[in-house]
Amino acid sequence: MAVDNETVKKIALLAKLRVDNEKLDDTKSEFNKILNWVEELGEVNTDNIEPLSSVNDEALTLRKDIVTAGHISLDILKNAPEQEFGYFVVPKVVE
Amino acid sequence: MSEYIIETEKGKWEIVCGLEIHCQIISKSKIFSGAPAEFGDDANENVSFVDAAMPGMLPTLNEECVHQAIKTGLGLNAVINKYSVFSRKNYFYADSPQGYQITQFEYPIVGEGKITIDLSDGTSKDIRIERLHIEQDAAKSIHDLNPTKSFIDFNRCGVGLMEIVTKPDFRSPEEVGAFLRKLRSILRYLGTCDGNMDEGSMRCDASISVRPLGSSELRQRAEVKNVNSVKFAMQAIESEAHRQVDIYESGGTILQQTCRFDPSTGGTKFLRFKEFSDDYRYFPEPDLPPLILSDELINKIKDELIELPDAKKSRFVNDLGLTPYDASVICENKEVADFFEKVACGRDAKKVANWLMGDFFAMLKKRNLDISQSPVSPENLGKLVDLISHEVISGKIAKDVFEIMAETSENPEKIVEEKGLKQVTDTSAIEAIIDAVIASNPDNVASYRAGKVNLLGWFVGQVIKQSQGKANPALVNKLLKEKL
Amino acid sequence: MTDLTELTVADALSKLKEKEISPVELTQAYIQKLDNNKKYNAFVTLVAEQALKNAYIAEQNYLNKVNRPLEGIPVGIKDLFCTKGIKTTACSHILDGFIPQYESTVTQNLLDDGALFLGKLNMDEFAMGGSNETSYYGPVVNPWSKDKPLVAGGSSGGSAAAVAAKMCAAATASDTGGSIREPAAFCGVTGIKPTYGRCSRYGIIAFASSLDQAGPICKDVTDCAILLNSMAGYDPKDSTSSKRDVPDFSSFIGQDIKGLKIGIPEEYRPEGLNPEVASCWDKAIQILKECGAEIVHINLPHTKYALPTYYVIAPAEASSNLARYDGIRYGLRVEGNNLDNLYINTRTAGFGAEVKRRILIGTYVLSAGYYDAYYLKAQKVRRLIKNDFDNAFQNCDVILTPTSPVEPFAIGDTKMLENPINMYLNDVFTVSVNLAGLPAMSLPIGLSQNGLPLGMQLIGRAFDEGTIFKTAYQLERGANFVRI
Repeated sequence: MAVDNETVKKIALLAKLRVDNEKLDDTKSEFNKILNWVEELGEVNTDNIEPLSSVNDEALTLRKDIVTAGHISLDILKNAPEQEFGYFVVPKVVE
Repeated sequence: MSEYIIETEKGKWEIVCGLEIHCQIISKSKIFSGAPAEFGDDANENVSFVDAAMPGMLPTLNEECVHQAIKTGLGLNAVINKYSVFSRKNYFYADSPQGYQITQFEYPIVGEGKITIDLSDGTSKDIRIERLHIEQDAAKSIHDLNPTKSFIDFNRCGVGLMEIVTKPDFRSPEEVGAFLRKLRSILRYLGTCDGNMDEGSMRCDASISVRPLGSSELRQRAEVKNVNSVKFAMQAIESEAHRQVDIYESGGTILQQTCRFDPSTGGTKFLRFKEFSDDYRYFPEPDLPPLILSDELINKIKDELIELPDAKKSRFVNDLGLTPYDASVICENKEVADFFEKVACGRDAKKVANWLMGDFFAMLKKRNLDISQSPVSPENLGKLVDLISHEVISGKIAKDVFEIMAETSENPEKIVEEKGLKQVTDTSAIEAIIDAVIASNPDNVASYRAGKVNLLGWFVGQVIKQSQGKANPALVNKLLKEKL
Repeated sequence: MTDLTELTVADALSKLKEKEISPVELTQAYIQKLDNNKKYNAFVTLVAEQALKNAYIAEQNYLNKVNRPLEGIPVGIKDLFCTKGIKTTACSHILDGFIPQYESTVTQNLLDDGALFLGKLNMDEFAMGGSNETSYYGPVVNPWSKDKPLVAGGSSGGSAAAVAAKMCAAATASDTGGSIREPAAFCGVTGIKPTYGRCSRYGIIAFASSLDQAGPICKDVTDCAILLNSMAGYDPKDSTSSKRDVPDFSSFIGQDIKGLKIGIPEEYRPEGLNPEVASCWDKAIQILKECGAEIVHINLPHTKYALPTYYVIAPAEASSNLARYDGIRYGLRVEGNNLDNLYINTRTAGFGAEVKRRILIGTYVLSAGYYDAYYLKAQKVRRLIKNDFDNAFQNCDVILTPTSPVEPFAIGDTKMLENPINMYLNDVFTVSVNLAGLPAMSLPIGLSQNGLPLGMQLIGRAFDEGTIFKTAYQLERGANFVRI
């Protein structure tokens, strides 16, 4: 499945990255090299094989419903590039 | 069932609608962090490093949110899945600090179920539930503090949500309204969500399409987002359906799109078409192993489940003889049902229901009170019903007594005693009044005797009026007939 | 003693306890080394003053006999671990100036045991790379470099180089596809990636959550056991951390390995394997035989597919994990005229080429229409790879392989730069272990003809680091590798 420039642009948009037009061809060919390579996986017979998303074999432990955090807004905002009145600030979002 | 049909000069159409309802889970802490799941605090106060998606932070699942979801699933008569998986839904937005929402995708905690809704024509209908899954709520943005900037508060970010998805079973706005009220009632009975749509703790998205009546096709649908009241949901569906019919009939097509309901116009407003950015790239959340539930836990929650509206309703119908409609109205709210049961205990349940749904509800509405704030206690309302049943007072006098009770919270027995409102059952006293009425209305007496028997009611009225309402109507009736 | 930085952690601890040396002297010696060895670019942030202050406290603790297991040992911390109050950037421009207000569990464990932090260690940006050349702060120079600067390996290049050049007594590192083992091999030091779940991931900046695991890089096997004792353990803040008991890893040091079955996988000796690597492997096999171990030939048939599998799964998880770097809450922000442009400007400027490449690939393999063909397929092959190991461990107790197919190469090597896959191929012997979640150690065995270190890898059963430690210790003794 070879990707074209249009697909690269769309994927970049999904990932919130910009690929400049002059780099588009390079990015695309690199992309296709890697995809061709991982497509070797197609050789493997995986009929009736369950996907493995985690090697963890222990049951998920649940946390008791107790308040253990909060009221640290100064710490939360400490690294904010822009903040005001205790809020994080972003360019106006229009719905 | 009464059909809801959109009829135009060109044809007949029906609505096909499904709902997705987001319900905030009642819990002390958030679903994946130990920050408080509370509102009303200063901005970013109820936020942990996990909620703010600081580097290296990891989610830990709140046990209570799981229990609440199981409870709700049982309340929806649904399958509880012993194996469920969390997934990431990836998208960038100011209210999504991780860049993804932790939700459930392929394997939700609750599977198929159903809710029975009661309609105004006395019929009922099952609405099928497709699934319920748990996920984290988003942050809130404030847009009106600055002309060029938005402000973000992560307090709501990470509060537990249950998303309930129905099958496309709705055919009318009325059904949607009945469903939302019923769902809200079940959630409140269970104590899993407060169901306050106006505060956003229950939010409804509706998928709406229309099709020619009689067809079974599913046409392109539009999604109306975040409707915040039952009434608006009904309006939104109605207006969106009409909009689609207009487009089809003028030769147009519907594109998959998202709209918003605008309460000021009562119509839906176009937001955007389905886009490439809606590719959410779901994949299993690697930070959380699958959630495995034991039969033991599910059974324990099942055993602890309280009686739900449907069970209560059928008990009220079968054991207490209420009509299905009355029973469903009374059972919608658990506090009302509990109040009713206290009053109805040892009394004529039908009479109690009439009082409750008549004067009592009117009184609460007039005074803008919740049932928990009622000035009339269940005990006093019961005594009032007793006074009527034992013919101590007439129904008419009882209304006056009830007014006084609402004012003063007084015991009705005391009111009747003090004000001398006891019904007159002394035959001679009533006879005296009857004689006087007959004597002063010879014309009517003559007409009655000539065969105009429906004048009897008029005579009864006169006698009761002259007794200042205290004469027992049945007795008056009997004696009048004899004398006339 | 002339140079205290020559001491292993084990030796330093016993001399500290005997008051032969003081923590302040030891710390000063390392600070001196740091100063002399700046050319290696191993550290990106230094906290020497703080380290000295803590060394004085450690000194008091020894005097008061309340010394803890790692009291006064100066360690370096990979810049991937969040350290409270100390700048943490994952060597990415996008985390410019980020100062965590929390401590990772692993580094907290070290602090609780009395270790002192000298500073933060250089690494490939977000741990994505095999040569430390993707760091925003420039490549680490391998202390074994002769005429031209060689890479230290990656992603924990700073950790390996700093330990090799004695700029810290030991270092933390992390391993997603070989990031502890490959740099350890390149720099002639020892590093262990424990079983997935052994160390908490809380506070470690995530690359690929289902593969990431922390571990130490040390001067020798014994030190690795001491450090891992402190770093490992169940953490309720990480839902994937294991509740299994953590044995005293030091107790395996010196145990004999008579009769232990050493698996030699045929697939790790492909045609064209670097003959120096092959002969080093043979040397290691010989040493173990002489220790009384039994050599068993095993098969890991899906080895060939481990790299492609890894390069689907790791980028997929990374694309999601790195979505939180958006310029809103911390780190770099490059303004834009709307929110979307702010995201795009920030992320485009903030991430380096390799990180962007992986985000794009990861986004693609998760996107609609490609998920099954790439991501799901890779997860299925991942199970087959794990099954291979399960089968192999039926017939052996530990597996011996080379760590890397190559010796350290030059910084800016054109072959590596012209095609990213050439760089990825260096992980061929290490990634399977991460996919299967197994523990594995790299330790130096010999030198190439160029006088550069070559490492061997020991792979154990899940949660059986003990067997690795006892085997590695015997191998280390037999190899008698001389550190620089």
